[in-house]
Amino acid sequence: MSIHNKKLFLLCLATLAGLFVLQFLLSDYLVLAFTRILILAVFAMGYNVLMGYTGLVSLGHAMFFGAGVYGAGLSSYYLGVSLPVAFLAGILAAIVLSFLIGLLALRTQTVSFMIVTLMFSQAAFLLILYFSEFTGGDQGLTLPTSARSFSLFGLEVDMTSDVARYNLALTVFGVVLLGLFAFTQGPVGRLLVAVRENEDRTRMLGFDTYAIKLLAFTVSGGISGVAGALYGLMFGYIGSAFAEFKISIEALLFTLVGGPGTLLGPLVGTGLMTLLFDRLSGVTTAYLIVIGALLIVVTLWFPTGILGTLRDRWLPWLK
Amino acid sequence: MNTIGTKKNLTLPRRSLLKGMAAAGTVLAAPGIIGRAVAQSGDVIKLGAPFHRTGIGAAYGRWYERTALAAVKLINEQGGINGLPVELIIEDDGTDPKRGVEAVEKFSAEHKVDAIFGHLFSHVSAASAPRAGELKMPYFLCSEAHSLAAGAFNRYVFQPSISDVKSQVSSMAPWITDNLGKKVTMIYPDYAFGYDHRDNLRAAVEAQGGEIVGDIAIPPTETSYTRYLPRIPLNTEVIYHVLVGPGVLTFVKELGEHLGSQRPEIFGFIDSLEAVSFDIPQLAYLEGTHFWEAMPRYAQPNQTSFDKFYREKVGVDANGASVDDPKSVATFSHMFSVWETLFAMKKAMEMADYKGPKQKIAMLEAMESITGFEESNEFPQGRKIFNGKMHQSFAQQNISKVVDGKLKVVHTVSPEDTLYPDEADYTKMSF
Amino acid sequence: MDIVPYLLLATLEGLVQASVLMLTALGLSLVFGVMRVVNVSHGEFFMLGAVAAWVCANLIPGPPYVPFIAALLIAPVFVGALAWAADWAILKRINYNPEATIVSTIGLMYIIQQMTLITFGPDAQAVDAPFYYTVRFPWFGYSGYKFFIIAVAFVLVGGLLYLLRHSKVGLFMRATQFDKETAQNFGIPVTKVYSGVFAVGAMLAAIGGVLVVPSQQAHYLMGHDPLLLSFVVVIVGGLGSIPGTIAAAILIGMSDGLLSVFFSPTLAKIFSTLLVALVLVFRPQGLFGKAGR
Repeated sequence: MSIHNKKLFLLCLATLAGLFVLQFLLSDYLVLAFTRILILAVFAMGYNVLMGYTGLVSLGHAMFFGAGVYGAGLSSYYLGVSLPVAFLAGILAAIVLSFLIGLLALRTQTVSFMIVTLMFSQAAFLLILYFSEFTGGDQGLTLPTSARSFSLFGLEVDMTSDVARYNLALTVFGVVLLGLFAFTQGPVGRLLVAVRENEDRTRMLGFDTYAIKLLAFTVSGGISGVAGALYGLMFGYIGSAFAEFKISIEALLFTLVGGPGTLLGPLVGTGLMTLLFDRLSGVTTAYLIVIGALLIVVTLWFPTGILGTLRDRWLPWLK
Repeated sequence: MNTIGTKKNLTLPRRSLLKGMAAAGTVLAAPGIIGRAVAQSGDVIKLGAPFHRTGIGAAYGRWYERTALAAVKLINEQGGINGLPVELIIEDDGTDPKRGVEAVEKFSAEHKVDAIFGHLFSHVSAASAPRAGELKMPYFLCSEAHSLAAGAFNRYVFQPSISDVKSQVSSMAPWITDNLGKKVTMIYPDYAFGYDHRDNLRAAVEAQGGEIVGDIAIPPTETSYTRYLPRIPLNTEVIYHVLVGPGVLTFVKELGEHLGSQRPEIFGFIDSLEAVSFDIPQLAYLEGTHFWEAMPRYAQPNQTSFDKFYREKVGVDANGASVDDPKSVATFSHMFSVWETLFAMKKAMEMADYKGPKQKIAMLEAMESITGFEESNEFPQGRKIFNGKMHQSFAQQNISKVVDGKLKVVHTVSPEDTLYPDEADYTKMSF
Repeated sequence: MDIVPYLLLATLEGLVQASVLMLTALGLSLVFGVMRVVNVSHGEFFMLGAVAAWVCANLIPGPPYVPFIAALLIAPVFVGALAWAADWAILKRINYNPEATIVSTIGLMYIIQQMTLITFGPDAQAVDAPFYYTVRFPWFGYSGYKFFIIAVAFVLVGGLLYLLRHSKVGLFMRATQFDKETAQNFGIPVTKVYSGVFAVGAMLAAIGGVLVVPSQQAHYLMGHDPLLLSFVVVIVGGLGSIPGTIAAAILIGMSDGLLSVFFSPTLAKIFSTLLVALVLVFRPQGLFGKAGR
């Protein structure tokens, strides 16, 4: 395989190396915070496939994150399967759900598309509450102690250990990052961008744009599911809070701030925003006001986000 | 056409970009913001308090905070614990299980607290307690959930003050069926705390030869209740209600409207009226109805000096309202658990000569060895039996009747009569 | 309970729901119809109306109907001014781009909600009804104030329809809705019409909030459900169609009332959200709209 964008590839590797070293420098709490950031960055990267590269703004990605959380959590809780199997179950659930929702939602465009994804996501959230006997509803379910460790290929991993968790999250993040590098920087990636820039022309060139969008939607939902499954299993708790509207908005915000359509933008956005929320929640109970202010600031003055601006001005390969 | 996040329509002045970046950088890099997680054990005892400052438990959270501040102030005035001052660190958990867990982690990893206390809503504590166990963090509930006594948690979790729902309900049920009626309709919140009521009340009422004729679960985020009320069967003799959430006042109002003057008997848990003043015309129908109270909201004629002392320190008047705002009614039947839990922790820490995390296990074992608490300034709600195996306290329960718009205690159940056979033995678990 | 009282109560609850919904959804529909943008912060304007009613009740002395009437006048003016300012500060600057508008009004939603949390606090607050009267049916009692809500909502909507059809302002709005460029050529101040419509939409939501608060309680998170249901109504009724919105409000309000009473409120919400999604996918012009224009 030839690598199309060597500079970006090297930057990805440097980022991964930097993240690996970080765990020896940071305090316990920041290691924990970065574990969360890495998982949520995977979620935002999945969101970015659809929003940044393909140009489709979804307001319902919480349902795919939630599908990962519940697909993994419920199969572990009720069927007692091992964590790797539960993890795969969560991803599968998200892929199937995003394929089905994509089939329907992609018949609509722009504003309608945003509302349709929002409504499906709300319905999914309400279903979790409605079947609370099974899902745990608001209260959620705590995974049993037996589901807090696993062994894979002779490797014992303890989910209650901070170090194990950080490195597991980093591994998954790295795999998704490199996978997305191949996906977005190659021919498929160019097709996605072509759909974003001019769907009609792409169609006239003989491409099936509906199929391209469905692929992007399913990949995007599937990666969101990876993040959800990992989050649920790693912290041993699943609950309806993982499927609520705010989760969709966070994916949107992280991507917008970091730079939609840039490979590393979601990581930058997630990192900055998560740390900011964390600090502010100690200062005021109304810390969510920052989400509001930033959404407006970004749309008004900052529409390509941090890395997007760097790309447009100085570093054209940063995409 | 999509214009968010693409180059189109982009007219970005460089100046505003630089300004934005500079602002973001300042916030995140300001000295002391990141990396101040320095463990400093030995000179102070840090207690983490995740309170419900926002979300559906906000009314409780506000009073929990006020009570905790008063108790910690008193403890420090009396010389702290083992000579060390007590520092209280409060975080808002939004009455949300996900944030509750995150708060526990933050207390443990960043603030390095000695113990955590103060979770009330059962969905938050159900999510947080297992995580506290994993982090080996002493975690004291100020909640009525039965999960702890049922053996669902771990050796780090205690409930040293307020009784659990099972002992509350099973001690109330005989009085209800004997005095009010045997055909009961229950209205309860649609989550764990409500299910504890549902399951235990059904068992207790049926044991008394009564019958549950109606069973209405209401989501705690609900704001309008009329639509649920036609499910109350006409042959109901007693309506048993226990509700929480921001809409409880609307609930009691609409219940009154719906029932009119030919109402059946009504027995409520005071939860449905916590933080609510009921001297408004729409609630006049409550006259003559009964409520469970853990601690009487209105100072009774036989008020103890302990009750008086506690009200004075927290700033609550004889009507259970704030001394500086008579409209602001306390969550009087729940918030005492914060006060008493702090003194229970103090007692265990003193027994173990606790100076820091090194004596953590000794402190937990001391807690398990306690058999009860005497009625005192530290335990103003009353005498308690503490079951070290179940990590659960058993306290006296009151039934109050609304007389002339005030709650008057008409029946009291002693701690001994609220006991039930052991359901768990945490002392057999490892630390 | 027998089926008759059950049905009666469900119908009454449905009617009350439908009347409030009619007001709030009309606001959303007007904004979409004329400006072609979706205002996600609409529910917060509703909530601000309710909170304003509580503020009036606390500041204005006299029997409960005095502050109530004051709130009916003050709340829409205050909320309308706020909406006007938001239009000026944000929407105008992004040139009413549909997607950017959604994102920035989500931002506005959080700002209003959290500002209310800071100033008004996290507790739910009750407001006295302007009068207290219970209508007694043989099986149950029902708040007389709720009948009043129905009456006021229908009068207001009737008045609004009349204004739209027969006044110059209404003509301007309809002309702008029909064709923005041509309207501008005929000397209609389109930007002013936009600001005005955005403000009027918010005012309708605020009135809905004032009307509802005596039968519920004011709370900083209360805007969520009205927003969701208004969405449902506006989309099922056909985006931007006023008669469609009114018909849909009654349909959705009533079916929500019936479903909530007979099954569960959560199930009713699942039903309406799925309905919106499916209508948009399979019948984008709405259930009552005609295809294409």
